[in-house]
Amino acid sequence: MTVPQVEAFQIQDLNLYYGAHHALHRINMAIPAHAVTAIIGPSGCGKSSLLRCLNRMNDLVPGVRITGQVRFGGQNIYDADRDPMEIRYRIGMVFQKPNPFPKSIYENIAFGPRINGFSGRLDEIVEQSLQQAALWDEVKDRLYQPALSLSGGQQQRLCIARALAVNPEVILMDEPTSALDPISTAKVEDLMTQLKREYTIVLVTHNMQQAARVADVTAFFLNGDLIEIDTTDRIFSTPREKQTEDYITGRFG
Amino acid sequence: MMHKERTARRAARKRIDSIFQALFLLAIVIAVLVLVILLVDIFSEGARWIRPDFFTNYASRFYNQAGILAPLVGSFYVIILTAVIALPVAVATAVYLEFYAGNTWLNRVLQVNIANLAGVPSIVYGLFGLAFFVRFLALDRSIISAALTMALLILPVVIVNTQEAIKAVPPSLAHAAYALGASKWQVVSTVVLPAAVGGILTGTILAVSRALGETAPLITVGAWVFIASLPVSPMDSFTVLPVQIWYWSGQPQQGFREIAAAAIIVLLVLLLSMNGIAVFLRNKYQKRAEW
Repeated sequence: MTVPQVEAFQIQDLNLYYGAHHALHRINMAIPAHAVTAIIGPSGCGKSSLLRCLNRMNDLVPGVRITGQVRFGGQNIYDADRDPMEIRYRIGMVFQKPNPFPKSIYENIAFGPRINGFSGRLDEIVEQSLQQAALWDEVKDRLYQPALSLSGGQQQRLCIARALAVNPEVILMDEPTSALDPISTAKVEDLMTQLKREYTIVLVTHNMQQAARVADVTAFFLNGDLIEIDTTDRIFSTPREKQTEDYITGRFG
Repeated sequence: MMHKERTARRAARKRIDSIFQALFLLAIVIAVLVLVILLVDIFSEGARWIRPDFFTNYASRFYNQAGILAPLVGSFYVIILTAVIALPVAVATAVYLEFYAGNTWLNRVLQVNIANLAGVPSIVYGLFGLAFFVRFLALDRSIISAALTMALLILPVVIVNTQEAIKAVPPSLAHAAYALGASKWQVVSTVVLPAAVGGILTGTILAVSRALGETAPLITVGAWVFIASLPVSPMDSFTVLPVQIWYWSGQPQQGFREIAAAAIIVLLVLLLSMNGIAVFLRNKYQKRAEW
C-alpha cells in the first residue's frame, strides 16, 4: 500500500487540557491527504479529543485549553484570526451516533448548503451527495419523509451525505460504525474507500479490524500520547513499539 | 433452613410493599376527595345559572340579571397580551443563558435569582405593577398595566421552562450543525428552537393558565368590579373573572354567591381546556421528537 506524499494536516506540539486534566501530550504527527488515516487506542486515550482538535469542535467544550499548532493547508487553524465557522465548513465531521436533524431527508442534506448561503440548485446537490454516500437508490422516492424514519445504518450514511453536501476537503469520522450492525458497517467502510479519492478521511475507531481493513495510515494512542504512527501494514505486522504490539495482539485495551 | 429464611424475608418485603402501596393510594384518595367535594359544592350552587344570558350580560346590581361578559372578555384580553409580552422575552432570556452567557459569577447570580423570582408571592408583583406601570409609567388601571404585571409574574416560570426545553434537545443535533459551519445563531434558530418548540409552548400555556386564575395582583393593579362596556384598546379599564368572583362571593345576598359559583365553573372549564391543549401539544411534539 503506497501512502500519498501530500500532507493535509501537520500537528505540532499539540497539547489539550480539559480544566486541569492534561488530555493530549505534545502530539506531533502528519495526516496524509486523499487517504484514510485511522486513530486507534483504548477508551480514554485521547483519540476522539485529537479528532475534535482538527476542526475546532473542542472550542465548544467549556474549560478546554489548547496549545501548539494544527496546520491545515500550511496554515495554523488555531491562529487568532482564523474563523472556526470557515474551518468547520472545510473540514466536515461524522459522529459516533447517527444524528440527523428531525427534518426530512432532503432538508437534512440541504441544511449545510443553506446555512452557508448557497443559492444554486439545491436539488442537484442533494442528489449528488446522496449518490456519493451510496444512499440515493434507497431514498430517492421518499426524499420528503422524516430522516428519523430511516434505519440506523441509513441514518449514518445520510449524515455522511450531509457532511459531503458542503463539499469539504476533509471528513472526520468519530467511531462512525460503533452503533451499526455488521452489514451497515460494511457499507460505510466501502464508502470510506470510495471517498478517499476525493477527500481526506480521518477515522477514529476502537475496532482494530476496521482500521486494518480501510486505513492507509494508522496512529496508535495511549493515555494521551501518540505511541506510533505508520502505514497500516507496518503497524499491524511489524510495529516498532512494544505497547503497540501488545494492544493490537489484544493483550490489553 | 436457608430456603425457609429467604421465603420468610421475601414475605416481609411483600408486606412492606403493600403497606406503602396503601399509603400512596390513601394520599391520592384524599387529594381527589377534596377536589370532588369542592366540585360538587360549586356545581350544586352554580350550575343552574349557567345559561346564555350569563355570558352576554354585564355586571348588575341584581344578581339574576348579572353576567360575566366583561370579565370573560377582560380575562382573554389580559392573558393573550400577557403571553404575547412574556413569550419573546422569556425565549430570548433562556437562549442567552443557555448559549451566550458564559459560566461567570454574574450569570450564576442571574440564574439563581430567576429561580427565586418564581417563588415570590403574586401580590408583590401586583404592588410593583401598581407602583411602576400604573403610577410611574402612568399607564393607569388598564389592560396593558395588568398584562405587563402578569407577564412579569409568569416570566421566571416561562424562562426556566424554556431553558429546560432547550436543554432537552440532544447536544448532538447542535454539534451536527456546528460541524457544518453554522454560526451560534444559526444553530439556535434552525435546530435548537424548532426542536424545543413543543416544550416551550406547553410550559407557556401552563404558566398563562396560572395567570388566568390570579386575583391578588390584578386587584392591586386596579381591576374594576363593575364594568359595563367591553375593552377595546389596551389602555381601557377592565375586569377579569377571578376578580369578579372575588367581588361577588363577598356580597351578602345568597344569589351573588350562586352566580360566583357559576363563574367559578366557567373559570374551571377554561383552565382545564388550556391544560388540555398543553397536554395535546406535548404529546404531539413528543411523538415527532424521537431522535
